[in-house]
Formats: sequence, structure tokens, C-alpha cells
Amino acid sequence: MTPELGQLALILALLLALAQGILPLIGAWRGNRALMAVARPAATGQAVFVAFAFGILVWAFLHFDFSVQYVADNSNLELPWYYRIAAVWGAHEGSLLLWILILNVWTVALAAFSQKLPEVFASRVLAVMGLIAVGFLAFIIFTSNPFGRLLPMPGDGADLNPVLQDPGMTFHPPVLYTGYVGFSVAFAFAIAGLLGGELEQAWVRWARPWTNVAWAFLTLGIVAGSWWAYAELGWGGWWFWDPVENASFMPWLVGLGLIHAQAITEKRGSLRAWTILLSIFAFSLSLLGTFLVRSGVLTSVHAFASDPRRGVFILAFLTIVVGGSLLLYALRAPRVAGGKAFQLLSRETVLLIGNLMFAVAAAMVLLGTLFPLVGDALNLGRISVGPPYFGFLFPLLMLPVVLLLPFGPFLRWGKGDSPMLKQVLLRAGIAAVACAIVAAFFVDGKLKAIAGVASLVWLTVGVLLYAIKRWREVPRGRRYPAEMAGMLLAHLGVGVFIAGVLLSESLSVTSDVRMAPGQTQHIGSYDFRFDGAHRTTGPNWKADQGVVTVTRDGKPVAVMHPQKRTYLRGQVQTESAVDAGIFRDLYVALGEPMDAGNIEGAWSLRLYTKPFVRWIWGGGILMMLGGFTCAADKRFRLKRTAAVREDLVLLETRA
Amino acid sequence: MNRLLPFIGFMLLVALFGFGIWWNTRHDPNAIPTPLLDKPAPAFSLPKLYEPAQTVSKADLLGQPYLLNVFASWCIECGVEHPVLEAAAPTLGVKLVGYNYKDAPADAKGWLAAHGNPYALLIADESGQTALDFGVYGAPESFLIDAKGVVRYKHIGPITPDVLATKLRPAIAAMLKEAP
Repeated sequence: MTPELGQLALILALLLALAQGILPLIGAWRGNRALMAVARPAATGQAVFVAFAFGILVWAFLHFDFSVQYVADNSNLELPWYYRIAAVWGAHEGSLLLWILILNVWTVALAAFSQKLPEVFASRVLAVMGLIAVGFLAFIIFTSNPFGRLLPMPGDGADLNPVLQDPGMTFHPPVLYTGYVGFSVAFAFAIAGLLGGELEQAWVRWARPWTNVAWAFLTLGIVAGSWWAYAELGWGGWWFWDPVENASFMPWLVGLGLIHAQAITEKRGSLRAWTILLSIFAFSLSLLGTFLVRSGVLTSVHAFASDPRRGVFILAFLTIVVGGSLLLYALRAPRVAGGKAFQLLSRETVLLIGNLMFAVAAAMVLLGTLFPLVGDALNLGRISVGPPYFGFLFPLLMLPVVLLLPFGPFLRWGKGDSPMLKQVLLRAGIAAVACAIVAAFFVDGKLKAIAGVASLVWLTVGVLLYAIKRWREVPRGRRYPAEMAGMLLAHLGVGVFIAGVLLSESLSVTSDVRMAPGQTQHIGSYDFRFDGAHRTTGPNWKADQGVVTVTRDGKPVAVMHPQKRTYLRGQVQTESAVDAGIFRDLYVALGEPMDAGNIEGAWSLRLYTKPFVRWIWGGGILMMLGGFTCAADKRFRLKRTAAVREDLVLLETRA
Repeated sequence: MNRLLPFIGFMLLVALFGFGIWWNTRHDPNAIPTPLLDKPAPAFSLPKLYEPAQTVSKADLLGQPYLLNVFASWCIECGVEHPVLEAAAPTLGVKLVGYNYKDAPADAKGWLAAHGNPYALLIADESGQTALDFGVYGAPESFLIDAKGVVRYKHIGPITPDVLATKLRPAIAAMLKEAP
């Protein structure tokens, strides 16, 4: 009986979402305050019902209710309780429910914090959020019901995809979705602005922290995903350019552009149309990504054949949301354009170049991701272009960004002065070249590694120079407002990230070896000794576990335990062992026993030393911290109240 | 007018997706003609993956039929196809030759170590130059080449159990029957 209550809750939530999406829009159009006032209670009610449905699904998992098809497919009696909760979002239906729940959390937060916005504008924003929820609730109710029954009820269920049975993976999807869905706020602002025919600078200022928070969450989600792929997939890579990763990376890139475009629009009033377009794109790519991944149209050949209804629904929904927004943009954008002019040498120009590069990079990733589909359309067959394509084009597009980044903060809005720039160019440039020359001796002249050191120094010195300039010129207490501290942190993160990528890619040493117990392999400056393998068991798996002792110059460094796990339902999963460090990771993955019958004999092993690999995620974390720090700036709150009060006065005098 | 461009661009994308849905419900996405079919395979000379000092040429492989399987560690669909190939390799009736495409040798070896190695022979085309002669669009692709070096069958995309049973095995059987 309970699962049916969950379904009922979803249907009620859909009805409330319809009310939240339609009535306030009519109210805003007609000037009817009663209809506009529907938005907030409807949003809250919808959130309550969705949370209720979500709770019921969690309950079904915790109580082994295998009469629910989704529970039976994704869990079993042996699965520990924490993975049973994670299993709620372990497959299509449940992750869609999580998506909706997070959308509701954002909407409720928006409803609570938007009290001071003009009523007309706030109700339009909330209505747009409601319409998005309508689409998703209809999708889950009509095509992907997580509460579908399975009769007769099986005694035990299948299993959660073992790839997902990892602590990192339990919190990765919620964080990632929080980022994805967060872009819906900027989207709702843009659409509300287009509907009203105006986009006040004050509203853009109000939207900025929301975009920053969403982007920071997305950053954390991507970092977690990358770390998980590294630790879990067993061959030491940290980014694979596969459709799932690209789906999160495209909105990240556009969101990055949006953060900077919003800054221009808020401070100068210019580029409003571009900011609106990016807001639409960031969320559209979130939608596109979620759906492309979830519908399986790209990863599996037969996804549409198995349930063409889902594909058709997705396409219809995308067409309405994205097509509708872009059509609205085409009709209304000229009315919101405006702002101050700027010279060629100005902060606006640099930000615009960055923006353009991010947009082109996102388009490049989109093309590469959709290539299998294009292949079908051109009758070439389903093929993937893969890292050779991305790995060549992406660094090329990011090169101008890295080169220009130190100058951005030094340039002034509207116009810049060139002596200052020459000074920065000279100081950061000389420091970068000098360090690169020194580094060349340490890395055997490997070009990638030298470029990594040079970029790190170039960006870090650029950030430091600006920090010093502020220290000298601005009185204590106002030197580093949160917005600026966030920017500096994030830019520093870019340097750390690039250094991590280039250094680890060029300096990593890999060895695929056959090792008998007692044998030692020398890699980098480390000695890996294989001490044999044995059987071990976990709550729902059995594993062959190798023991590898690592020493350096005879001193012990680490004892590592790579595993090859076999889960209950027969799925095999490599569990690599990682010994993490700031300057290097040691990484061991267990291959196959040389003699299948004798696990105590020799094994094939994959050994790595990966210098600086951790800097990749460190850089990502710095960027995330930057995003959150920016969002915490008092300016977004204090001035907001003042500015909005002015707006209210304006609105009242107009009325 | 140029404000309409994003909309028009998106509609083209929608058309592509719509086409994708229609195509997948109507067609076998893996069926496709090839200009090389029933023509001699192009001459090639490529290093072995595990012993890069040795090269393998087309002439070396003449005399017995083989299935040339183009794969790469970065290719997701290859991971889908791999277990099928691994299970089928012993009963295929022809030699299975792995053609490692645009891949770093270390990545390829790692991938094979993790997923298993069903190939009797592995050659590496790191630059992808030779693949151009074969008309390889991407990975995975498979070429059935007979003892005289003629391409008898080509499959684009992953070899699924279905493709194996209904296309590949019959093609091999037909070839072996004709020239014992």
C-alpha cells in the first residue's frame, strides 16, 4: 500500500506544480495579486509531497520491499544500509526523483529569500521554476515510475551496480544534481526578465550568488566524480571524456562564462542579452546532459528501442523548454539590451574573450559528445571520437584564457591603462620563464611538465601581484571583500589544476608487470614488493586481495591492498589501492592471476607513481571554495535590500 | 535576425535528435555498406602492441582468415563489445586480431589487463594513419578478412550477442564453406 502513496504524492505534487507554474504567470500578466500569491504556498506544498514520495522510496529500500520493481532491481538483503540509501539514486527512476527533490529545495529557498524582490518579478521567477517541475514530474509519472510493482514479489533482489558501491559515489550524484539544478535559478531569472521585458541590474546582482553556489556545487560534484573514477575504475585515469562526464562538464563551462558575464552586467549594465543567453544555455545543457545520460541514447545502442516513449518525451520537453526560451529570447532580447560602452583595452574585453572561449569549448564538447548521433544521421554508424579529439581541441581553446587571466583583475571597467599591464606581463612572465628553466633540469626536459610549471607560476604570480596591489592601495578591512577573495582563490585553483594535469600526465610512470610473491619492481624512486594475494570478504562481496609493500631507499613507505572484488550477483569490480600524498600518489591495481586456479601464485599487476596528481582535485576544490566565497559577499545582501527598496518605490509610483 | 540564430541552431539539434529516435526504431543502427566489401584489404605494416620492435604486414597474415577488431581503451562502446568477443573468441573459427586504434600503448595494455585479452595477435596504430586506408570511422569496428586478404564482412559499432549470432557467425560460416 505504501508505495502507492508515494505515487499519489507525486501526482499531487504535479497538480501543485501546475498551479505554481500557471497561475502566478496569469497573475503577473493581469496584475492580480491573489493569483501571484499562489506561487509560494504551491511551491512549499509541492516540496512537501515530493519529499514524502522520496521518503517512501527510502523506506522501501531500508525495509527490503522487493515488491517494488525498482527496489528489487537495485538492492538485495546483503547490501549494507548506507548503500541501500544510495541505491535510491542508483538508477534512472530514483535519480530522477532526487533531481526533482533538489529542484524543490532550490525553489523553496528561492521562495523564502525572494520576499524583497518586486512581487511581479518574484512570482514570474517562481512560476518558471514550477513549469520546470511540471515537466520532470510528468516525465517520472508517465514514463519512469519508481513505485511500479513487481508481482509475484521475489525473495531477494538483484544488486546495486557495484561501480556505485563506493563512499565517494554515494554523495557524488546529490552534489552534482544540486549544481545542475541550481542553474535553474539563473534560468528562471532570465526568463522572468524576458517576460517582463526588462532586466534590472539589481536583479542580476541578486541572482549572482545563486549562480556562484550552483557552479561551486557542480565543481565539487565533478571533482568527486573524477576522484571516484580515478580510485574505482582501476586504470589511473582521472577524466575520460565520456558522455556522462561531458554532460556535467558542458553546463560547468557555460556556468563559468555566466558567472563572469553576470559580473559585467551587474556592474556595468552591458551584455544583458549575452547574460540572458548564457543563463538559458547553462540550464539547457544541464537538462540536455541529464536526459542524454539518463535516457541512455548515447551510451547504449538499444535504449530508445526498449522504451521509445522516454526518448520522445525527452525530446518534446527539451523542445518546449529550450526552444520556447530561445524563441522568447529572439522576440524580447532587443528590449533588455543596453549598458555602457567599453574600449578595446578593458576588463570587459578580457572577460568577453574568456566567455567566448568557454562557450566555444562547450560547443566543441557538445559536438564531440553527440558525434555518435551525428554518425547515425549521416549514415556513418555509431562511433565515438574520444580523447584524441577533446585532448587536442580543449587545451587549444583554454590557452588564451590562461594567458589573459592574470591581466583581468588589473584592467579597469570601460578602459584599462597599459603601463600596469606591461608591469604584470614583465613580472609574471619573467618569473614563469625563470621557473620553467629551473624546472627543465628536474623533469628531463619534458615539455608538458615545463609548461605545467610555467602556467602555475604565471597564474600564481598574477594572483599574488594583484593581492599585493590591493594590500598596498586599499585601507585595512576593505582590502579583500569576499567577492574578490573568491575570485583570487578560484584563479589560484586554475593554476594548481593545470600544474596537476600537466605534471602528472608527463611525469607519471606506469608499469604492467607479472609478479610472483616476493618479487620487487622498481618504479620511479620506489620499490614495489608483491607479498602475495589472499581471499577476503566484505558485507556483500568476496575478493582476492593483494599485498604490496612499497619502500624508498629501503625505508618503508606504504603497505597497499588492491582488490579484485566479486559481488553477490557475479559482477567483478577492481578496487585499486592508492597511497595519497601532496607531491605524489602511489597506485596499485590488481590484474589477473597468471594461473586462474592458483591465486597464491603470480599475478599481473599495474603499478603507478603519479606525481602531483592530487593537485588536479586540489585545484578543483580551490575553484569551488572560490565560488562559495564569492557567493557569501555581503554586497549581494546589503545593497540588495537597498536597491530592491528603490525598485519597490519605483514600482509603486508607476502604479 | 541574428537573435533568432540560437533558436534555429537548437531546432537543428532537435531535428537531429528526432531523427535519432526515428532511426533507432526503424533501423539496425549497425548495418552499413562499405566500399571495401569484397575488395582486397589495404596493405599495411604496423608494430605489435607488446613487441613494438616487430611489425606485422598484410602479407604476414595471408593464408588464413582473420577477424580484425578495431578497438581503443578510450572507447566506451568497446567495453560493451569486449565481453562478447572474449566469450566468442575460442569458437569463432577464425583468428581474432586486435587493432589498437589511436591509443597510448600503456593505456591499451592497462585496459587489456583490466578487461582481459581475447586477441591472438595485437597490432597498434597509434597515429591512426593506416586506419584511414581501411576507412575506419571510429572504434569499434570489425573486418572479416579471408585467406586471400579480401574483406568479406564489415561491422561498425559494438558486436553484440545478437550481431554475433545473426551476422558475424553466418558470415564466417559462409566464408569457410566456400574456401576450406
